[in-house]
Amino acid sequence: MNTLRALGGIVINSVERLGRASLFLYEVLLGSWELIRRFYLVVQQVYAVGVLTLLIILVSGLFVGMVLGLQGYNTLVKFGSANSLGLLVALSLVRELGPVVTALLFAGRAGSALTAEIGLMKATEQIAGMEMMAVNPITRIIAPRFLGGVIAMPLLAALFSAIGVLGGHLVGVGLLGVDAGAFWSQMQNGVDFRDDILNGVVKSVVFGVVCTWIAVFEGYDAVPTSEGVASATNRTVVYSSLAVLGLDFILTALTLGEV
Amino acid sequence: MVGRKTMELWVGLFVAAGILALAMLAFKVGNLTSADVINGYRVTARFDNVGGLKIKAAVTMAGVRIGRVTGISFDDKTYQALVTMDIDGRFKNIPKDSSANILTSGLLGDQYIGIEPGGEETYLKDGDSIIRTQSALVLEQLIGQVLFNKSAQSAPSK
Repeated sequence: MNTLRALGGIVINSVERLGRASLFLYEVLLGSWELIRRFYLVVQQVYAVGVLTLLIILVSGLFVGMVLGLQGYNTLVKFGSANSLGLLVALSLVRELGPVVTALLFAGRAGSALTAEIGLMKATEQIAGMEMMAVNPITRIIAPRFLGGVIAMPLLAALFSAIGVLGGHLVGVGLLGVDAGAFWSQMQNGVDFRDDILNGVVKSVVFGVVCTWIAVFEGYDAVPTSEGVASATNRTVVYSSLAVLGLDFILTALTLGEV
Repeated sequence: MVGRKTMELWVGLFVAAGILALAMLAFKVGNLTSADVINGYRVTARFDNVGGLKIKAAVTMAGVRIGRVTGISFDDKTYQALVTMDIDGRFKNIPKDSSANILTSGLLGDQYIGIEPGGEETYLKDGDSIIRTQSALVLEQLIGQVLFNKSAQSAPSK
């Protein structure tokens, strides 16, 4: 009986949180409209969320591309089609690894920082202070962070894919001796702009919205104690990663299902 | 915190680099430069067997891409495959008695349609169909034929 009650409590709690999160997103979107006049707030957040995440994205993109080059070469050479290495590297980066790995790193690097920052603001009653001064904290604090994340994410994913392709080129052409012409021409033949590249961009935009949404909501909804902020940061990373991987499957199934 | 000017510079650099990366993906990795067929005209051809031909496959002449396959359907009156293709409007002087062959790029590559020019003075226009066609080479049939010939040769010598 008690376990049943506990189950019911969990379900009601999570539905309630989901409802609050949706209302919160609505308010944030409303608040974003007013930011057009004060765009500098967004620029500040693009710097904090995007530019400071750049290094980890570039380094991991380079290494993911290089590993793809090595692994792909060793598999493809068995079938005598090492020339398709460029296609393999580009497709796996543009379609999957670019958006997904970027979103996971983004959740770990930028999402957790956002949650901790907003959670601490709440714990030190800065947000309550703003409300006292009749400043809407959602427009002033949350919406710029949300917009900054949504703008930064697709750019980061594109940079990840581009530098990954260069990494694959470095290993495949420079180290393993794949023909450079074949590497690029096979890639250009096989990668379609609409089906592959735009698809990847759409994915990264969706991941950007979801990751930043979760991060700012968890921060805003955190219990205002140091413990509460810690568990909110923890939840941000876990929920963002799960949401990204789950949504990735759904988006891939939707786009590949038409073919 | 960094100053406002430096921050703006970094954000500008970041956004420019991101857009540059997207452009590189679009032009260098993808094939945005080889634009779709413009002002094309539609031609049909019937094949006994299209093998592994797919929609969007290339239509080439002398090895140069001049169009693409837009539809493959089955005609249950003639038991043949009906392939429709769009050919670029720039290439208007393809003789009416040209022949369409389904070819394979490389041993195991994609299949595409190669058009061999004929000798007639009238040219293909929108809605026409190519009469002379040659079906896809099906590897299994080819192997079967070779085996059959081998056994036919070796049978009398016994």
